[in-house]
Amino acid sequence: MEGLKQFDLAVTPLREVNRFLHLEAQGAGVRHVKIFNADGAHSIAAGCHAPLDIEVDGHAGYYLGGMNMQANITVHGNAGPGVGENMMSGSIRVAGFASTAAGASAHGGLLVIHGDAALRCGISLKGGDIVVGGNVGGFSAFMAQAGRIVICGDAGDALGDSLYEAVIYVRGQVRSLGADARYEPMGDADFAAVQQLLAASGLNHSPREFRRVASAKTLYHWNADANQEY
Amino acid sequence: MCGIVGLLLKEPTLRDKLGELMAPMLIGMTSRGPDSAGVALFSEPVDDGVSKISLFWGEGVADWKSLARDFSAAFSGKSQFTETGRHAVLQTATAPEDVRRWFAAAAPQVYLLSVGSSIDLYKDIGAPAQIVARYGLDKAVGTHVVAHTRMATESAVTPAHAHPFTAGRDFCLVHNGSLSNPHLVRKKLEPLGITFVTDNDTEAACRFFEWRMREGDDLTTAVQRGFSELDGFFTFLMGTDKEMLIVRDAFACKPAVVAETDDYVAIASEFRSLAHLPGVRHAHVFEPKPEEVYSWKV
Repeated sequence: MEGLKQFDLAVTPLREVNRFLHLEAQGAGVRHVKIFNADGAHSIAAGCHAPLDIEVDGHAGYYLGGMNMQANITVHGNAGPGVGENMMSGSIRVAGFASTAAGASAHGGLLVIHGDAALRCGISLKGGDIVVGGNVGGFSAFMAQAGRIVICGDAGDALGDSLYEAVIYVRGQVRSLGADARYEPMGDADFAAVQQLLAASGLNHSPREFRRVASAKTLYHWNADANQEY
Repeated sequence: MCGIVGLLLKEPTLRDKLGELMAPMLIGMTSRGPDSAGVALFSEPVDDGVSKISLFWGEGVADWKSLARDFSAAFSGKSQFTETGRHAVLQTATAPEDVRRWFAAAAPQVYLLSVGSSIDLYKDIGAPAQIVARYGLDKAVGTHVVAHTRMATESAVTPAHAHPFTAGRDFCLVHNGSLSNPHLVRKKLEPLGITFVTDNDTEAACRFFEWRMREGDDLTTAVQRGFSELDGFFTFLMGTDKEMLIVRDAFACKPAVVAETDDYVAIASEFRSLAHLPGVRHAHVFEPKPEEVYSWKV
């Protein structure tokens, strides 16, 4: 395949692979990169800043695709903590499960997790979109500021605690909502948003099955009389 | 940080390779815990009425031969020392409490690391690779192993503060995390006659669970009771002669990954320590859920 470059992490040090992705891939006319034997290595394809298609074979360690900009990364396995942390644009797709803090602080782009996501998925989300095919753990979307999270399965404790302007769409059971999070009616724009994100993720559910969770905005201003009742 | 490692072999023909499979797992967790490491090995039990006691020579030059002579002179029954440097395994029919009392008086430089029928315990300061080499742990044979690489955060770097910790017979615990109330736990246990050998937080958890088991709980029940008694964030991995068990705190603050096949159950803080295992690509790989107890029987 033209423009294809392959790396085997059992042979080539990850630092060399990431250097290629950062500095050399575009100049060499490479568009498509395959990385084999991920074997839990940390920071695979972190800091990418080029429109590359990157495929990772096996389970990735921490911070896969962290700070990603423009690249479309696919993991044929599971991803460790902090996958897509601080992603700016592009996409990351995880075939298996994602560990804690998936998509933390992402500013843009699309993170798709086909399996479950562990705790704190989308914590402090700042503008990206996250779609989870399975369940999410507790404290997901904690202090999420902007962006959208679509949860096709169930959510754990304290979903959307201290949300700002981010919006959550959840299809399954929610163990509990966090402080200031509330269910709101789905509008036409919500159905369209869920439809678009599911289609982009290759997931097939009816948007009608989702509920909207957003901030009640009672925490936006300090209330000295609240007596810590939140 | 700290790294935890567990491996239980379901397939009996793999038991000769326990150390060979485990050593890269332990060394793979070096960056999570480079200052000390420890390994609890569980193998076929010794005969009824005999105890296997792991010993560590703390201060001075280890002289197990003269110690063995003194021990034989003090106790009439048959005993056997198998030594590897500062470490030795004593097999004896003498009651463990009598052994403990004798060592405290005759050889206070020697620490009792573990007591049981199946367990051998090794722990020391140094990088995991050095400890594997020092004690030949890559040659170990047995059914399961619970191991740890330590990055000390709350108490000193000494062999005694390394994990695994043990209490009672054939029970050990390793820990990634930190407890905020180990002194309260200690205050609760000491009036019951339970003695501590270090100021380490993990020892408090270990002795708490062992106390609960002596009071009649099974290990799973003891661990569940621990959720209301032990405050902090933790991944605990435990071994007895019959099972291996892992549990994480309510926030799953500390990592753990499990890979299970028909042949084995392997656990580590990170997947990269499991990546070399045979058939791991087709293993069922998952992360333990918060406050859910996962246990596998030998």
